[in-house]
Amino acid sequence: MFETYYPILFLILFAVFLALVMAGASILIGKRTRLGKKGNPYECGIDPVGTTRDPVPVKFFLIAISFILFDIEVIFLLPWAVVARDLGMFGFVSILIFVTLVMIGYFYELGRGALKWD
Amino acid sequence: MLEMIVASSIKVIIVMLAVLTGCAYATYMERKVVAFMQHRIGPSYAGPYGLLQPIADAIKMAFKEDVVPDKVERITYALAPIASFVPSLLVFAVVPFSADFTLVGRQVTGVISDLNIGILFVFAITSLGVYGIVLAGWSSGSKYSLMGGIRSSAQMISYEISYGLSIVGVILIANTLSLRQLVEQQDTILHWYIWKQPLGFLLYLTCAIAETNRLPFDLPEAESELVGGYHTEYSSFRFAMFFIGEYANMIAVSCVGTTLFFGGWQGPFLPAGLSVIWFVIKVFCFMFFYIWLRATFPRFRYDQLMNFGWKVLFPLAVVNLLVTGLIVLW
Amino acid sequence: MTIDAVIFVISAVVAIFGAAMMIAQRNPVASVLYLILSLIAQAVIYVQLGALFVGIMLVIVYAGAIMVLFLFVIMLLNLRGSEELGKPSGRVSRFTKYVITLLFFVELIFVIRGVALPPAPELVTNQPDAFGSVKAVSMLLFTKYLYPFQLTGVLMLIAVVGAVVIARREHPGELPDDTAAESTLAETPKEGTKA
Repeated sequence: MFETYYPILFLILFAVFLALVMAGASILIGKRTRLGKKGNPYECGIDPVGTTRDPVPVKFFLIAISFILFDIEVIFLLPWAVVARDLGMFGFVSILIFVTLVMIGYFYELGRGALKWD
Repeated sequence: MLEMIVASSIKVIIVMLAVLTGCAYATYMERKVVAFMQHRIGPSYAGPYGLLQPIADAIKMAFKEDVVPDKVERITYALAPIASFVPSLLVFAVVPFSADFTLVGRQVTGVISDLNIGILFVFAITSLGVYGIVLAGWSSGSKYSLMGGIRSSAQMISYEISYGLSIVGVILIANTLSLRQLVEQQDTILHWYIWKQPLGFLLYLTCAIAETNRLPFDLPEAESELVGGYHTEYSSFRFAMFFIGEYANMIAVSCVGTTLFFGGWQGPFLPAGLSVIWFVIKVFCFMFFYIWLRATFPRFRYDQLMNFGWKVLFPLAVVNLLVTGLIVLW
Repeated sequence: MTIDAVIFVISAVVAIFGAAMMIAQRNPVASVLYLILSLIAQAVIYVQLGALFVGIMLVIVYAGAIMVLFLFVIMLLNLRGSEELGKPSGRVSRFTKYVITLLFFVELIFVIRGVALPPAPELVTNQPDAFGSVKAVSMLLFTKYLYPFQLTGVLMLIAVVGAVVIARREHPGELPDDTAAESTLAETPKEGTKA
């Protein structure tokens, strides 16, 4: 068990180490100056107008919720793909019922314009 | 035990160095290829044919000032580049690079970790990739970052579903979750899964481009409207980390695509120890295609992008999977 | 201690630390991040126990999907740092969350003690058909637990309908064009194009 997972563990640690070295490098090497309005958010040279705390439109929330649901659909299709041959047509019919149920939801969303962008 | 630890650590370091070098030279390749496609020369001053350009870029980046704007949420701001960089490297843990070979009397496997659920691992890491972008956008305290971050993350999660479905199609045919077995099944060119999953491959390709935020789907970086997107407020090497992460992601999806559809390291003429060359050639073709797309297509509008993902790709992916299932079981 | 035990202890400590910090944080985004940390540590424990499928699902569904929704909701409600949540009103309310958590924890201990736990399975083998492997879980899902599985489909259908209805009710009118929360995010920012 450890033989299989050790390389992944080491890879994670190595990647994090690399990331920290990179993030640290410019802090150590790069010069630092603090002049005037350098700390302002980027705005093409003029003073920033308005707030950066615009609320996110509801449709992004709907996208996120649709993503969860259809992602779970993918997650349930995965085990079916693994055992599809063992289950045969019975498995196909049951997954077909499942997919149909979820796709009814998808078409409902389409019909109500929840996935519409313009 | 100790031998295993030393051996696999060395392998990890070699692969990581290769990937990072690959990222650096992917930027060079991109600039050169796009330049030739536009009848320009591209980078040509640093070294012969400008070959040292990526190194010069890296040194320049490191010596730049790391400007941290006043309004940022400091901890999250520092975390975002790391959260973007690390997952992009993790995919390489399960990608089989070459056949098993013997090196000075020692058996070497051509993959860092031969996980029997390799594809699921790829999928899990891909799903974590969105955090770097959301956090960078949110913590920067800048309008452009926030817009870029939210748009970009919505784009990534929208295309992730079709991405997953296109991979499930291959699993269905191959009947395995191990990337190594997938490659072993595609031993000749006629057994490549692209012939059995042509639509699945097109779906994979499209979603992979959208997942890595590349043209024509590079909405997060739509310069004309968002300045730099989610990494507008980053500078110096922390900016470079987003950049490297993006290129590492490109290489990663190319590697996974090669493994799933083009037989990975399988190829004629070469002994097992050199089979990595076939792998590199195939990945190179993928990368070239990416750059070719960039030089050819204009950018999508955001509404086109989202509508395309949800109304075309997703139903197509579901139908593709069900039809594949029906054919396999027939 | 074997290496497996060391890894288990580390991931268990990280999982509990992440969960505790999630409650203790006043910054909602930091809370989400600690929860992700906790989930990943839990996934490591699942993988160690041989439940590969469950571990990976925990990462894909919870850490990869549901936490993204949480972040979106935080942005939707526009919760920034602690300053907008206001100061805790008093010493009592500040400790309420810890007291409630502790009570739940004690209850959990009693519940766990009351259950006769089966002996721990063999630590994970990288075999395709072992207990907890994808294949084993899949077979169970499509045979013994077929009806719950189909009910999940119904549940997901209801969830989709619910999400659409809620989003529609809060913002009357055609979805999602003229929602009240409409902002510059979805359209081209004018300032940027002019510059």
